Amino acid sequence: MGLKQNLHSFKMKNKDKKWLPAFNALFTFLYTPNETTHNGTHIKAADDLKRTMNTVIIALVPCLIFGIFNAGYQHYLALGEIESANGFLGASFWTLDNLLIGAATVLPLVIVSYGVGLAVEFVFAVIKGHEVEEGYLVTGMLVPLIVPVDIPLWMLAVAVIFGVVIGKEVFGGTGMNILNPALTIRAFLFFAYPTWMSGDKVWVHGAVERDQMIAAGQNLDAMSGETILGTYAANNTVDYSFMDMFWGLIPGSVGETSKFLIIIGALFLIFTKIGSWRIIFSTLVGALAMGLIFNGVVEMGWIGETSKFYGLMSVPFWQHLIIGSILFGAVYMATDPVTASQTNKGKWIYGFLIGFISIMIRVFNPAYPEGVFLAILLMNVFAPTIDHYVVQGNVKRRMKRAKVKVA
Amino acid sequence: MGILSKKDAALLKDPFADNNPITIQVLGICSALAITAELEASIVMSISVLFVMGVGNVVISLIRNIIPSKIRIIVQLVVVATLVIIVDQVLKAYAYELSKTLGAFIGLIITNCIIMGRFEAFALGNGPWRSFLDGIGNAVGYAVILIIVGFFRELLGSGTLLGFPVLGDPIAKTGLYAIGYENNGFMLLSPMALIVVGIIIWIQRSRNKALIED
Repeated sequence: MGLKQNLHSFKMKNKDKKWLPAFNALFTFLYTPNETTHNGTHIKAADDLKRTMNTVIIALVPCLIFGIFNAGYQHYLALGEIESANGFLGASFWTLDNLLIGAATVLPLVIVSYGVGLAVEFVFAVIKGHEVEEGYLVTGMLVPLIVPVDIPLWMLAVAVIFGVVIGKEVFGGTGMNILNPALTIRAFLFFAYPTWMSGDKVWVHGAVERDQMIAAGQNLDAMSGETILGTYAANNTVDYSFMDMFWGLIPGSVGETSKFLIIIGALFLIFTKIGSWRIIFSTLVGALAMGLIFNGVVEMGWIGETSKFYGLMSVPFWQHLIIGSILFGAVYMATDPVTASQTNKGKWIYGFLIGFISIMIRVFNPAYPEGVFLAILLMNVFAPTIDHYVVQGNVKRRMKRAKVKVA
Repeated sequence: MGILSKKDAALLKDPFADNNPITIQVLGICSALAITAELEASIVMSISVLFVMGVGNVVISLIRNIIPSKIRIIVQLVVVATLVIIVDQVLKAYAYELSKTLGAFIGLIITNCIIMGRFEAFALGNGPWRSFLDGIGNAVGYAVILIIVGFFRELLGSGTLLGFPVLGDPIAKTGLYAIGYENNGFMLLSPMALIVVGIIIWIQRSRNKALIED
């Protein structure tokens, strides 16, 4: 009790100091403050903002751990030092070597994401004179999972500052933002530094470095690892099996490859009622619908094999769900309660359009094979409009009913 | 400012900051977004607008009493169009490359809301000298924002200023590029110009709380 009491009296002594919110944030993180109500509470729900955030983070941890191992696995696989692992429990996947090199590349991303993001939050809390909001806890975890392993750390830091300030703080902080901050960060990186966000080098740790060494005249074999979407977009054949895609033994952004773990995370979020099953489900339905339309177009022979869209259009519609990050986007991004639609009917429309547009961008713009984040950002902007019409529709229906009664 | 009375001086100074045409009146945004990817283009655009506004305001002010009010917009358009064509021809004659970069945007000075706005709101009701000061003041206010935006977009987007590589050579990896710095391609896209203008508006209003609307 001694330390806590000391901290409390320290807080009381510095009541009107500007930096107090920064101190409070750390204080409440460690202890329950003394000012809690002891009797006569009115609200008994335990799922406050912090609890909600923590639940999402728990759902993300498996993806992060898998991402760490996968970073190492893809590295050694591209070097040709290990055999490809067959299946989720393959012998060459869960190895110490993979863990070490994966941790050395992925953990710095996590540290930079949290360090820079929380620093921005603290600065804004001090300037505005309000308490630090927990909003960054989930964003900070999502960001390292949706970038390529070899993204330079300073770029990530710049993007995080941009995303948190322009995507969130200018609108008034957590709960007021229009766009999902994690996706804002990814969009910034994508448009600012496209060479680090796409192509066949950035997805495997060490490939870019190896390229520079070759360019400098060293006699080495080039390393590469194109994502499956990129391969399809180039009309090439993919040599990963369906199970590899499902388990996640493929190159891609750090945390989005393992569909198996994302599905487990999704079930966890749905079970704890944190994530909206309506949004997740309708996003997948939308994606399947668009995939079916494209399959239909190929079937009818309206598009030839020489067309630049052929590769992605002829992907069997259900496979769209296990390649690329549509599943990750649907489960962790689209369901963000702040930026999604609030009404139940709105959630169906919002989710469906995300899935629909994701696949559309994926196929029609080979330069942006990963259209999911753009689709979600677009629908974030439209979510309030969807809600408005849903509510208006409700009002209209009730007015009609009321009139009938009067007559 | 000894030669100017206090009221006249205000005409010059106000649009510079507290009544800035871009950040306060939010006019002329289109050109501020379109041509600010390079500092040189921003400067040329600013000078062109300065010329059109200064001369245009005087001309309108001189003929303000003989313009029938029903067709005043058309008369204003004729004046702007004439001046813009002069600017366009001069640029084509003496700075052909630049006039190609600016392209349609020189012609589109005609539609720049600031110019028509000042004609309507000021030149039609004030004498030539005061109209001239007002035109110059607003054009400078416009120019300041354009040049700030152009400065940051060119510096961060291309690593150059006025075409001169200030941050080193990105291909030979000298200067900042040697330690891994890279140009921010987003800066060259128009949305980023909007964000930069937004940041300027944000800074300006947080320094002067009187400017904040409800």
